[in-house]
Amino acid sequence: MFWRRRPTEPDQPADEGRVSDAAIEAQLEAELAETEDARTTAQAGGETPRPTDGQLDTGRQALQAELPATGGGPADGDLVAGVARSRGGFVARLKGLLGRGDPDAATWEEVEETLIAGDVGAALALEVVERARRRRDGAGPVAAVRSELTALLVDREAGWVPHRAGPGSPAIILVVGVNGTGKTTTIGKLAFRYRAEGQTVLLAAGDTFRAAAIEQLRAWGERAGAPIVAHAPGADPAAVVYDAVDAAVARRMDVLIVDTAGRLHTKSNLMDELAKMRRVIDRRLPGAAPEVLFVLDATTGQNGLAQARAFHESTGLTGIILTKLDSTAKGGIVFAIERALGVPVCFVGVGEKVGDLLPFDPTAFVGALFG
Amino acid sequence: MFDALSERLRRTLGSLTGRGRISEADVETAMREVRLALLEADVNFKVVKDFTARVRERAIGADVLESLNAGQQVVKIVNEELTTLLSGGDRTLHLAGNPAVIALVGLQGSGKTTTAAKLARHIVKIGRRPLLVAADPYRPAAIEQLVTLGASLDLPVFAAPAGTPVPEIGRLGIAYARHEVRDTVILDTAGRLTVDEVLMAEVTELMHAVRPVETLLVIDAMVGQEAVSVAQAFAAAVPLTGLVLTKIDGDARGGAALSISAVTGLPVKFLGTGEKTDALEPFHPDRLAGRILGMGDVLTLIERAQDAFDTTQAEKAAAKIQSGSFTLEDMLDQLQQVKKMGPLGQVMEMIPGLGGMARQAQESVDRGDLGRTEAIIRSMTSGERRDPTILNGSRRRRIATGSGASIVEVNRLVKQFAEMQKLMKQLRGGRRLPGVFGR
Repeated sequence: MFWRRRPTEPDQPADEGRVSDAAIEAQLEAELAETEDARTTAQAGGETPRPTDGQLDTGRQALQAELPATGGGPADGDLVAGVARSRGGFVARLKGLLGRGDPDAATWEEVEETLIAGDVGAALALEVVERARRRRDGAGPVAAVRSELTALLVDREAGWVPHRAGPGSPAIILVVGVNGTGKTTTIGKLAFRYRAEGQTVLLAAGDTFRAAAIEQLRAWGERAGAPIVAHAPGADPAAVVYDAVDAAVARRMDVLIVDTAGRLHTKSNLMDELAKMRRVIDRRLPGAAPEVLFVLDATTGQNGLAQARAFHESTGLTGIILTKLDSTAKGGIVFAIERALGVPVCFVGVGEKVGDLLPFDPTAFVGALFG
Repeated sequence: MFDALSERLRRTLGSLTGRGRISEADVETAMREVRLALLEADVNFKVVKDFTARVRERAIGADVLESLNAGQQVVKIVNEELTTLLSGGDRTLHLAGNPAVIALVGLQGSGKTTTAAKLARHIVKIGRRPLLVAADPYRPAAIEQLVTLGASLDLPVFAAPAGTPVPEIGRLGIAYARHEVRDTVILDTAGRLTVDEVLMAEVTELMHAVRPVETLLVIDAMVGQEAVSVAQAFAAAVPLTGLVLTKIDGDARGGAALSISAVTGLPVKFLGTGEKTDALEPFHPDRLAGRILGMGDVLTLIERAQDAFDTTQAEKAAAKIQSGSFTLEDMLDQLQQVKKMGPLGQVMEMIPGLGGMARQAQESVDRGDLGRTEAIIRSMTSGERRDPTILNGSRRRRIATGSGASIVEVNRLVKQFAEMQKLMKQLRGGRRLPGVFGR
């Protein structure tokens, strides 16, 4: 009951994937088998060579073909479209009611319900409505609710860029969250984003627990043209991080993204394991100040706050990625989390394609929830 | 954070004891608390409205039982209504057909693949021969995940060549099952969003092709208000027969299950209670009702305790407490038992009224207190364990060095044990324990 992982010897040789072309998209299954071979070779013969610049260029072209022409990611209008897809006539009707001057109590109750239906939470929804009702700035009730919602979010700079300790040292991103929120997929998208910007990216397969998690990350690495550091399934994830940080420094990588196993925030031994991974980074690269991104499924309800708190306590979150926002869910729990922890959402996931990771836009987000 | 509903009601209505009936005003107060508690537990707000209306009706004018106060009476009504809602439908797992086909559908990341493996293990346990069929060609390495899980259970996994249309994967899987004489097919499908029309049409077609006897919607216990619309969309696309509620081993209250059952009438058939393949449990409506209310889950606790505790040893310990001969040696045994039961915080969470203490207890485990206590006792001679009064300064120094603890820690343990013995003596004397578990 207490322990589910049996740490194994951490000194298996790290192996790497190779940069490949866009054909992999179509032939993923076949490629997986090939990757296995490459891995066996790597384990038998030590390291495979670092990808050459020529290979990286090929990868980059393939990426740019896949990403929208804007280069920096799709326009924020897509977020509204992505979320609006699910909106019914409810809010439209409500807006009609609110538009007619001073709304009555029943209408305010509907506003509260709309917020609750978006997973804002009952207590917080009531608070927002109470404040909006008292607002007398003449902007109207819809704007009042929006302002109150926006006020719950922390201030952030537009365009989130991972912290780098210095020009020669890699930006390190540790990706954490409960099971099934989309960590590995998000890492794939992040890798694409940075590769498309012309940066070199190294992935670390820190989920050594879930069956085939390493293969899943490897497949993404192949697609994005990002080499991967992996140990055998069941290995100590902290050892993977150790090797990955060293490899990222030695090979002068721009970005290192570390995958971790999904874990319920109530399992203290697993949270300790995560804290250890964080400590390894701090020790191997003092001053690196890694970004710790918490991946939150937009369909999550009120439990999201407890999750974020626990992960924040063990690893010190620096950002949130809200995934699956292309579903019918609104992700309203984010308001409670940002207010309680002061940690900003930096990206939202709005689809399964590699370009479907957008910078978080508070105005668009609030508008999609209540607008 | 979340206050148990029973606690809230006791606070707001507790003073009303002694009255014969619950007044309308009391009920309104109570309903506000009930509403908030259910919403905090992620029960859908429309379901909450209906539900509170029904409870209000029952509660107004209801006789307050002699043994209960008004707050407790309301909790009782709420609990009964919750249990009734959750008890609807047929919770048996049907396995008609040759092979009997069980299909798992749901959103991405709800736990379908893991549940497929758990179900397979359950099916083996009841004497059948399952085949796992991987029908998720989209997520990278989804097939490998199922293959790995199948191998760990020593069960065959069918995977079609890349590019096979999904409905065809289903047909081929069934043909393969017949050929291999497997009597049950467990079909793992790709996660899909309900707004994805193409993938929803695909799963409809797949179900037409395989005609499952059970089509289970796998839903994450942490899901919020959208649970109902997700379930409705899946129910419109495929003939759902029930739910599997996963990740219930976290601290989410699982209101999603209640919402879905209330709106669609679908029964919860299984709970996913952990990451290992044996962590699948049959569903008990009363227990989830208690969990949603934050009333604790005493039955599960008792079951787990029965599994973990060596009854004879426990009886021995109880006898020793009775006779006053409980030693540090026995305490060490008890520590081992507690460890076997699982994370202490989780255990305490199940005890009504102890929810708040759970975190504290877990923290003490996290700090390694239990481990340290164990180390200190293990560094004592058996004579010292039987009679700690012989522990003089030099003995304590030796124990501290041997266990890696400080002398202060050794002293604290010895003192605590002495106090414990005193308490036990009081217990024997028939006096109540002064506030050990009180607030």
